[in-house]
Amino acid sequence: MAEKKEILLSIQNLSFSFDTQRGVVNAVRDISLDIRKGETLTLVGESGCGKSVTAHAINQLNPMPPGKVDHGKIMFRGTDLLTLKRHEIEKLRGTQISMIFQEPMTALNPVFTVGAQIADVFMTHQHMTKQEAMERTIDLFKLVKIPAPERRVNSYPHQLSGGMRQRAMIAMALASPEPGLMIADEPTTALDVTIQAQILDLLNDLKHKIEMSILLITHDMGVVAEMADRVVVMYAGRKVEEADVFSIFETPRHPYTLGLLNSLPSNTKYKNARRLEAITGTVPDMRTIGAGCPFENRCAYASEKCGQEFPTETVLGESHSVWCHNYHMVKEG
Amino acid sequence: MIKHILKRLALLIPTLFGVITLVFLMIALAPGDPARIMLGERANAEQIAQLRAELGLDKPLIQQYGLYLSRVVRLDLGKSIATGQQIAREIADRFPATIELAWYAMIFATVVGMFLGVTSAIRRNTWVDYTTMGGALVGVSMPVFWLGLVLIMVFSVWLNLLPTGGRMNIRYYFTPITNFYVIDGILLWIREGTPKYLWSAIQHLLLPTIALGTIPLAIIARTTRSSMLEVLQQDYIKTARSAGIREKRVIYRYALKNALLPVITVIGLQFGLLLSGAILTETVFSWPGIGRWIYISIGARDYPAVQGGIIFISTFFVLINLAVDILYSVVNPKIRLQ
Repeated sequence: MAEKKEILLSIQNLSFSFDTQRGVVNAVRDISLDIRKGETLTLVGESGCGKSVTAHAINQLNPMPPGKVDHGKIMFRGTDLLTLKRHEIEKLRGTQISMIFQEPMTALNPVFTVGAQIADVFMTHQHMTKQEAMERTIDLFKLVKIPAPERRVNSYPHQLSGGMRQRAMIAMALASPEPGLMIADEPTTALDVTIQAQILDLLNDLKHKIEMSILLITHDMGVVAEMADRVVVMYAGRKVEEADVFSIFETPRHPYTLGLLNSLPSNTKYKNARRLEAITGTVPDMRTIGAGCPFENRCAYASEKCGQEFPTETVLGESHSVWCHNYHMVKEG
Repeated sequence: MIKHILKRLALLIPTLFGVITLVFLMIALAPGDPARIMLGERANAEQIAQLRAELGLDKPLIQQYGLYLSRVVRLDLGKSIATGQQIAREIADRFPATIELAWYAMIFATVVGMFLGVTSAIRRNTWVDYTTMGGALVGVSMPVFWLGLVLIMVFSVWLNLLPTGGRMNIRYYFTPITNFYVIDGILLWIREGTPKYLWSAIQHLLLPTIALGTIPLAIIARTTRSSMLEVLQQDYIKTARSAGIREKRVIYRYALKNALLPVITVIGLQFGLLLSGAILTETVFSWPGIGRWIYISIGARDYPAVQGGIIFISTFFVLINLAVDILYSVVNPKIRLQ
């Protein structure tokens, strides 16, 4: 990162928990991250590691209760989003912070046309007439490269293919006068590989065209490589490594990051291999994680200290930090 | 869409045929001799034979059935034994009263029921939810006639606020125009400049509407609640919220329209069932509709009248189900666009 742009969103020491019938789940623990203007930050980790909860905390989409912010701040353009009232956050949603979701099949309302759903966003925030809003929607459909936009706005979600639906979702997220931050929650997971590539290209293209920042949530290191400027790796509610995209792929220092990379089929060492390497063990129960490093039970480098306390940050370079007691032992292999 | 409706219309014919057959058999196979029952214990053999001939009961069952069918198809339901009037005429005279009552009961049940259901769903597991659903349970469990009597007791007898029965203040010497009294009241207000007819019609409607509407209200509230709870967890609700759509709109437009499908089914079914509830309500409130007429006809052993009444109500029930089916496709684009 040659030039550092202004910070758009800053999550500071966020902890978020869910009070379930079977105990308190500390879904997110002490997460901090910054997103700069025009930057794509990817949040990587396996299902249930807290990456979606972190993202949904930004615009208060986690169900509360049972969800609860235990501590932390989320600063966005000078205000702490966590202190906003519902009607205040509603004004930010869809104007400065928008979102696209994983399942375009279920993320669009089945009983309204896609055009009507997007036009409604225009009408809500910009007080347009229905006709103006529809015209703007058609413009957006052109922007996200939906063919025959005049006809498509009148389609119901079930009449569109998965890729088209995801394009419509992106159009909806862009229905704003000043798109600032787009949160993309696994936007390509449910799509075919070829469509995935198209959608990622589209997102990259739009990011440059309208200078927005993207918080991209994914568990797919391939998507990370394609999209990210910087990467935050999460495991069981904790941030374990943060780096620019090159450092993550070239010199990963957390055993978990290394495990993720080693399990990629495109990894060069798999040229003649028959099986992919997996990380042994399973994710710990989020209700019973103690003070130590949550990865300890699956980690080849674990020492006694790992079970007792969570490591502090080790700064490895200008944009590379790791949270591991034994990072110096980790070598790509 | 049109094809879908035509298909449903075609299915009506066998359904109605089944209804007519069942009603015929029900009466024909009822124990004892209808003619003897109708005439009572003191009738002599000659009178009974005469009535049997009149009713066609002396012919073989299959021939009776053929005759009956051919008459019903021509919309001839026969004559009432008690009054000697055409049964179709009797029904036509009383139907507006029943429809008026059922209509307002249904509006009451639907509007209040859906509102309570939605409120319960968004205030899930709070005292609002518990109170509403507790009330709904009581509402479902209450017998219509008992609720009617309690309402009369409280509002008419103790508080002396509302009339105990009938459709209009009898001192008004009122001549119906359309036989829907609320509409008549409005027409007379325009024509004669006095709202007293309308006011009286509304006063008379109030208690029977509540009595008849309470059970469907409770069922609609419960269905709406569970349907809303399911819909509110869907991804597209999160999408709408993430786009900054106001919460009220998310609930009452984005969620409710999706939650409506099972509710429409229930509303349709309840509207059909309302007509049987109407028999009790109309009797309790001396409401001169079809329900009370069937009740009286049963008491008078007026078999042709009972037969005609049941066929009419069943047909109505089937038609409402058809309407529900068509409504479905209006709400759900997946059915409409197939």
